[in-house]
Amino acid sequence: MAVPTSRPTTAARTDARARPGPRPALSGAERCLAVIDYLLVVYRRTWRGSIIERFLSPVFFLLSMGVGLGALVDRRSGGVGGVPYLEFVVPAIVATQAMWVAMGESTYQVLGYIKWNMAYHAMLATPLGVRDVLVGHLLAVAGHMTVATAIFMAVAALFGGFSSWWALLCLPVAVLTGMAFAVPIFAFTARQEGDSGFNILFRFVMTPLMLFSGTFFPVGQLPVWMQPVAWLTPLWHGVSASRAASSGDVDWPVLLGHVAVLALFIGAGWWLAVRSFAARLVR
Amino acid sequence: MSDGETTLVRARGLTKTFGGFTAVDGVDFAVTRGECFGFLGPNGAGKSSTMRMVGCVSPVTGGELRLFGLDPATDGPAIRARLGVVPQRDTLDEELTVEENLWIYGRYFGLSRREVRERAGELLDFAQLTERAGDKVEPLSGGMKRRLTIARSLINGPEILLLDEPTTGLDPQARHILWDRLFRLKRSGVTLVLTTHYMDEAEQLCDRLVVMDHGRIVAEGSPQQLIKEYSSREVLELRFDTDEHGEWAPELVGVGERVEVLPDRLLVYADDGDAAASEVHRRGVEPLSSLVRRSTLEDVFLHLTGRSLVD
Repeated sequence: MAVPTSRPTTAARTDARARPGPRPALSGAERCLAVIDYLLVVYRRTWRGSIIERFLSPVFFLLSMGVGLGALVDRRSGGVGGVPYLEFVVPAIVATQAMWVAMGESTYQVLGYIKWNMAYHAMLATPLGVRDVLVGHLLAVAGHMTVATAIFMAVAALFGGFSSWWALLCLPVAVLTGMAFAVPIFAFTARQEGDSGFNILFRFVMTPLMLFSGTFFPVGQLPVWMQPVAWLTPLWHGVSASRAASSGDVDWPVLLGHVAVLALFIGAGWWLAVRSFAARLVR
Repeated sequence: MSDGETTLVRARGLTKTFGGFTAVDGVDFAVTRGECFGFLGPNGAGKSSTMRMVGCVSPVTGGELRLFGLDPATDGPAIRARLGVVPQRDTLDEELTVEENLWIYGRYFGLSRREVRERAGELLDFAQLTERAGDKVEPLSGGMKRRLTIARSLINGPEILLLDEPTTGLDPQARHILWDRLFRLKRSGVTLVLTTHYMDEAEQLCDRLVVMDHGRIVAEGSPQQLIKEYSSREVLELRFDTDEHGEWAPELVGVGERVEVLPDRLLVYADDGDAAASEVHRRGVEPLSSLVRRSTLEDVFLHLTGRSLVD
């Protein structure tokens, strides 16, 4: 009888990891999955609370801005550049929501794993290293963002927020936008002693970004001197990319240009995060 | 017998500095397979810093460190795969259940989910926590949490178990339960390395220990050897009706080998404590209370450093 050979060897390998003597090393994937496993157990306990935060608040935005304000805008000026206001604002809210998920998942929880329950320290006493911990946690955040964005997009679609199937591209774009925040915020959090820095981040970075990154009105409406500021923020690129993706007539060069900037934020954030984590956790 | 076969841990000139502060100042020690090896010293002596280097979570600043013959700087993950670590502060996730904490930790070592569940059952038995398996960790007593941390550290069948102040903060009964578990582990062949500032813990558990102070090792040996070498067989403790016990020291010259003055009592070191007590009485010195006891590691430490272990 043909027996698949991969299973027994895998089992033999993991069994040997609890026996005296040199132990078979873990692959990169196994190391990251171990970290993700932990976060899945944590999410299983906390998803009810986060659903309210992650899902209801963007729905409120959708109703008030998209449907309520949208009716007014469309009646007065026929939408934004000919696009109905709901279709203008929904892709932007999708990207903005990902930013808020990033904020929620990269601050208190990360500081908690450093300082309070010391989950990172527990991991680092095992074969896992700083990069494994960071990659595993960031992938879990990306997964969380994917699920939250998908649910919100499904609801927004029911309200008529999208006019084309190309809008499915908003999902990866939103995750990319969220990670362009999450990765640098991980680096920022690893440098914090208490949570006061989070309030600054929340009030003076996230909230203004949401308001002035072209989410609810085109950046062109801002005073001229503020417009270049918007171009420097990942959210403006995320919002613009999300709009470029959802329009039905995808403007690829524009979309890819914004995606490249988001990737740059992720890359720079990774460079900082590895250093911050190592400085904080390996002493 | 090659190094790494019977000598599991070897340190030569091991040093750790943080900025300008030297926490560990060139220590040498070796831990042999199957023994219980201790670091005894007060808070701030450099025990935990040493332990964290041995646990391959803190990079070595200077000197040489080898575990299983391997260098932590290059083989950290391979070494940690063979260690069990009980850190000074529990790093359990108190929001999760007892068994979830074990499962999760086993996954960090690359054990399969099936294997982690099997082993968790055995370890909960060992830690006497089977009835609490499905309970959240948060409401458990300090002793239970500590036992869970030990159970967790055993999930990968470690060859060396590192315990950083395993019983600090526990009540006497919880400490005895814990010591009993550690004895069993040792009998099953696990090598134990522990730090403590409790001399009774060191005496109970350690086959061999080093006394640390200010980042240095000041003495090394079995508890009996150390007591024999650095103290007398017995100690006469005298309390007087005074705020300054030092005033009475001149009266006691020659009663024993040596007199130590503490804020609340005088210690007279003598091989025959009762004879010393009679001599004190004969001299007409009248303490409030007098007590004869055997020498302990506390006396060794006092002799070596002039200070008490627990301030």
